[in-house]
Order: sequence, then structure tokens, then C-alpha cells
Amino acid sequence: MTWTALDTGIVVVAAVSAMASALIGSFLVLRRMSMMGDAISHAVLPGIAIAFLATLSRDTGVIVIGAAVAGVLTAAFTQLIHQVGNVDRGAAMGVVFTTMFAVGLILIVRSADSVHIDVHTVFYGSVELAPLNDVVVAGVRMPRALLILGAVFAADLAFVLVLFKELNLTSFDEDFARSIGCNARLMHYALMVMVAVTIVAAFESVGSILVIAMLIVPGVVASLFTRRLWSLLVFGQGVALVCAVGGHVGAITVPRWFGLADTSTAGMMTVVAGVVVAVALVAAPERGLAARALHRVRSGRRAQAPRQSNTTPSISFSRR
Amino acid sequence: MSSYLPPWDQVLRVLTLSDFNTRVVVVGVGILGMAAGIVGTFTLLRKRALVSDAVSHATLPGIAAAWLVMVALGGTGKWFPGLLIGAAAGGLAAIAAVMVVRTVLRLHEDAALGIVLSVSFGVGIALLGMIQQMRRGSAAGLDSFIYGKTASMLVSDALLIGVISLVLVVVAALLFKELNMLCFDADYAASQGLPVGVLDVLMLSLVVAVTVIGLQAVGLILIVALLITPAAAARFWTYNLRRMTILSAVIGALGGFVGAALSALVPRLPAGAVIVATTAVGFVISVLFGTRRGLLRMLIERHRSDRRIRREHLLRAAFEQVEGRLGATPSRADLQAAAVDRAQLAHRRGWTGGELGAAMRVGHRDGLLQPAPLDPDSVRLTPTGAAQALQLVRNHRLWELYLIRHAEVATSRVDRGADRIEHVLEPDLVAELEAELDGQAESATVAASPHELGSPREPGGRDT
Repeated sequence: MTWTALDTGIVVVAAVSAMASALIGSFLVLRRMSMMGDAISHAVLPGIAIAFLATLSRDTGVIVIGAAVAGVLTAAFTQLIHQVGNVDRGAAMGVVFTTMFAVGLILIVRSADSVHIDVHTVFYGSVELAPLNDVVVAGVRMPRALLILGAVFAADLAFVLVLFKELNLTSFDEDFARSIGCNARLMHYALMVMVAVTIVAAFESVGSILVIAMLIVPGVVASLFTRRLWSLLVFGQGVALVCAVGGHVGAITVPRWFGLADTSTAGMMTVVAGVVVAVALVAAPERGLAARALHRVRSGRRAQAPRQSNTTPSISFSRR
Repeated sequence: MSSYLPPWDQVLRVLTLSDFNTRVVVVGVGILGMAAGIVGTFTLLRKRALVSDAVSHATLPGIAAAWLVMVALGGTGKWFPGLLIGAAAGGLAAIAAVMVVRTVLRLHEDAALGIVLSVSFGVGIALLGMIQQMRRGSAAGLDSFIYGKTASMLVSDALLIGVISLVLVVVAALLFKELNMLCFDADYAASQGLPVGVLDVLMLSLVVAVTVIGLQAVGLILIVALLITPAAAARFWTYNLRRMTILSAVIGALGGFVGAALSALVPRLPAGAVIVATTAVGFVISVLFGTRRGLLRMLIERHRSDRRIRREHLLRAAFEQVEGRLGATPSRADLQAAAVDRAQLAHRRGWTGGELGAAMRVGHRDGLLQPAPLDPDSVRLTPTGAAQALQLVRNHRLWELYLIRHAEVATSRVDRGADRIEHVLEPDLVAELEAELDGQAESATVAASPHELGSPREPGGRDT
């Protein structure tokens, strides 16, 4: 394995996008809206397409606004269909995001000969190429992707820090939050905007595959190890970092075993994410397979000593 | 935009299915839509619609792995059924993974789906990245599974889709009763001895089957729409599962048929997206005009119920005004004879001028009110109005009394909308309540509205 400055650049860009996604995505996980990440990542397409066709500019600001509007519309339409039709929220979401994606595809394909935009530029920005596109900001040369993702990460961080109490309340107990005067609906849509912005910023520079996994996996894994919001968010950042570094190392080493050069870093990052989930499946405290086996052994031993058998430790903090 | 209207003879050729290729594609996609609509009904009602999203993404690593296996065995990797078997294996593996993650980690379903979807799609992309660098085999076209390529569907593909779809329809029809019970009340189904776990797996296997045969036609991202949208649309038209299933099948088939035909007519339309968009048009129509939950119906019902409530408030307020003036329960003749003061009505109900006006219009239009002679500030009840007012107030008061006397045991029986209290309660109970109400009327100077019964400190009472 030969490690170059390019590899460092790739890992840094990947890590920043993964950490930004993990930070904002943890709230999707806590709100049991994990599939919203996938839904919004598809549903932003018409927003991006219309923003682009209306202004004919590939300016990031324009694209981000289009995506944010599309993200809010996804959430709003989902809510509307869920309430009016008494359709399950997941199904409502499925109808909305597939329709919006289809509309976006049609718009893009129909206008492809007059303007240059295609599905690939929207969805398959590749993290391997991201460090090559430089900009100079205040005398410092840095990858353009890093600038954009850094700004989005900072925005996410500010959002979470400023609204930490409200996010905490509305994520864990929406009814209580509402009862003490917290605007839960506003928080919901604000979160949707941040999710859409994060997704679209990451699309352009590192591609969509990575974002969907990084929105969910760190939050889910962290929630198995801790139940405090602070530590959950920090733990999630750690998972994101592990995926970014491990993913790129995997992308340039694993294919060698088969005599190939390399493979997609984003794809490999999600493979690492899968490995992390597998590790959690075994090692998570209380719910993991190891902890369960241990518990079974202990309670079996206790059953053999009948006088002490009145304190069965509970492992039931079911989230269902 | 260079959209142009295709010449008539071309439209005609497509619509009459005279072109062989078009016929194959359009009919194949139509049958696919039907099968997806039927299977989707069950997953929708089981609240597992998004399983299809995870399944469809997980077919990608399955396809890539199948390709690798076929190349390793010395083939080109182009053998279509082999790729489909790989896709099916990927989908089934995804379902197993969702179940493991859900039960072991006790995660909410959406988190389990999200993990499986994203990780498996990433694995697929990583495998594709490696495949594209391999010298052997022909990797071209593997990524067409992501977006589909309806137009280049072969007759054999369409036949495969048609045959498998028909098998799925037959399976769903044979197990209709069991699936029905599973969807509406899984616990009840289990108590009746049905193997709920097996049925769930079977239902999800149907999802995998539809997804796999639909990949070629609409691509793995949009096949999800065919599995969700028709069923969600059908929900706006009926509460009956059988009808919903049929309707969903029809909407799915129409969406597939029309969408495929459209994309054959107009150049440079992505077929998968057009199919999804036409199905979505069916959904929007259902949301607007659905006869059970449609927006239009809901607006009409709200309007009707607003009118009914306004009418009832008007009649009761008129009754109470006359009652207050007489100092006793008025008879029908009293009600007809008395002038009802408009200002007092508004005061009694807390109506604004506009609300009073609206109530007056409703009263006149429904033939309950007539103008009082020589008195522009008053109105009079017509014979119909008087009769209705009497009945309404009697009902209302009996219900109030029932709530006070018996509600702690049986609030669920209260049905204020019932035309007559006798429709809900037993005759002897009604007689008992009536006797009590009459007794109060005799003992008090003013026939009591039961509002005042238990709360002397709150003489006005809060009206409902």
C-alpha cells in the first residue's frame, strides 16, 4: 500500500462529510425516521434540477436552496398523506420520494440536450476526485469539496449546539416537549432542512451512497452503547471517522488481494459501516449477542442456587 | 425543450399495440404493475411498505456477486436468469438481515431497514467498482439495473415478467384469507393457529419476486414506487381488503401500461420514471377524489356536518329562548306561536353577526324558520322547525342525563348523532330517563336543562 497526499486528502474529505452526516443523522435515528435519509436523498433531485434549470447556474448556493425546498416538501407531503389518508408513514414517504425522484429524472433527461446536467453529476460525485478540485481561500489552497463540506459541518454543529435542548426534548418525548411550549413541528422541519442541505452538499463532492449510510449507521451503533444524547453524538462522530479511514484503506488494499487496482472509497466505507454494525451486533452491552450469552449463563447459575433467585437483572429496555 | 407531438399514425400504432416490440413491453409492464399492486396491498397494510426499498437496494450486491460467480465459472456474466437469481438471493438476504438486526438489537424497524439498505447498496457499489476493472467477462449493462431500461426489454424478458407475475397473483389469491388476517390483526391470526412468521416471510418473498422481475423494467430505485403507490392510492377508495387489492392491481396495471406506452411515444423519456409518474397521477387523483378518504369527500362531509351543527344550535337556542320566556317546557304549539328574537339567539350562542346570518340562512333554506309578521328583529319556527327543535332538545337532554347517571359504566354507548336516543338505548332505560327529566321539570320553576343539575355554582352551564 502506498499512501500519498492524495489519499490523505480523500480521507479528510470523506471524514468531514461522514461526520456531518452522522451528526445530523443521529436525530433521524432517534426520531425513528431513519428511512427519511434515503427518502430525502432521492427526493432532492427535482429540487436540484429545477434550481439548475431556472438559473442555469451550477452555483452551490442555488443547488442547496433547491434541495432544501425539496426536502421540506418531502416531509410536508409525507405528513399530509399520512394524516389525510391514514396511510402508514413509511408508505406515505415511499410514495412521495419515488414520485419526486421520477419527476426529477424526467426533467433532467428531457432537458439534457439544451443544458448540461445529468444524473451522474448529481449523484455520483466521487470522493476520489474531490481533492483534485482546488480553490484558494484567504491564501490557503484547499479542495473545494472540503470548503463546502466544512461549511455544512459547521452549520450542522451550530444547529445542534444552539438547539441542543430543543432537539433533545423533541427527539425523545415529543408530547412532553410540546406541553412545555416547544415548537416540535418547527424543529421537525428545521431538521429536515439541515438533513437536505447536508445530503446535497455531500452528493456533489462525495456521492450519494456514502451519505445514506453515514446518516444512519453511526447514530444506530452509538445508540446501542449509550443513552445520553451528548455521548451518543460524540460516539457517532467516532464511528464516522472509523468508517472514513477504514473505508479508504479498504478501498486501496482489498482489491489488491484479487489482483485489481482499487474500488470505490464510498462503497468501501459503507462496507466498513456494515462491519461496525456486525461488531455491535456481537459486542453491544445488554443487547449484543455476547451480553445475552453472558446473561444466560449467569441466570442459569442463579437458577441452580434457588435462594438467591429473586433478583433477575432486566435487559428489557426495548425501543419498540 | 424539443417536445413535439408524435404523428397520429404513430400514436395509433402504440395504442392499438400493433407494433410487436411495443406490445411486448407495454403488456409486460402492465402485468408487472398488476402483480406489484397486489403484493403492495399486503405490505402496506402490514405497515412494512418500506421493506421493498431495502430489498430493492440489496439486489445490487446480489447481481454483482452473481456476475462474479458466473465469471469465475468461466461464463461471461451476461446470463440473465443467473443475474436474477443473484438479485433474489440479495433480496432474501436483506430480509434475513433486517430480521436479525431487529430482533437481536431490538431496533425499530426503520433503523434496521436503513442500515441494511445503505450497507448493502454500498457493498454493491464496491463490488461494481471492482467488476469494472476486471478484464474477463462483460460488465457492460450491470448498472442498467439501477435505472432500468424498459425500451430494450426483450420478448423473453417480458415473458419471464408475465409468467412470474401470474404465479405471484395465483399465490396471493390462494393465500388471500391468511394474508388478510395477518394484515389486519397478526395477534388474532396467531391465536387462530396461523403460522404468522411463515406468512410474513412468504409475503416478503413475494416482495422480493416482484422487485427482481421489475428491476429490468423500471430499475431498483423506482420499483419501490410500483410496490407502494398503487396500494396507497387504493386505500383512498375503500376499506374492504378484497376491493382494495383489486383496485390496487388495476391502478398498478394502468400505471405500467400507460407509462410504458407514453415512453414509447415520446422520445427521450426515461421509461421507469414515466411509469412511476403515471402511477403517481393515479395516486393524486385518488387523494383528491377517493370515495372513502379523498379530500373532496372530506370537504363535503365537513361542510355537511358544519351545517348540521349550525342547524342544531339554532333550533336549540330558539327552544331555550321560548322556554325561558314561558317558564316551562314549551309544547309544539308554543314553539310555533312564539317569536324568536334574533339578537337574543346570537347572544345565547355567542354568535357574531356573520355566524348568526349563516345560521339564519341555513334555517330558512331548510324550511325551519319563517319571517315573523310585522317584526323584522324576530323569526318564527315553521311546523317542521318546531317539531325538530322539540325532538332535538329532548334527545340532547336525555343524553346529558344518561351521561350524568350512567356514563361511568358505558360512555361508549353515547351517540349524539343518533336521530333518536331509542336507537341506541333500551326502551325501559329511556323511559326511566324521561321520567326523571319530567320530574325535574315539575319540581323546578324552569324545566331544567341537565347542565345545571350537578353544578349549582355554575348556573349557565357549559353547552356542548
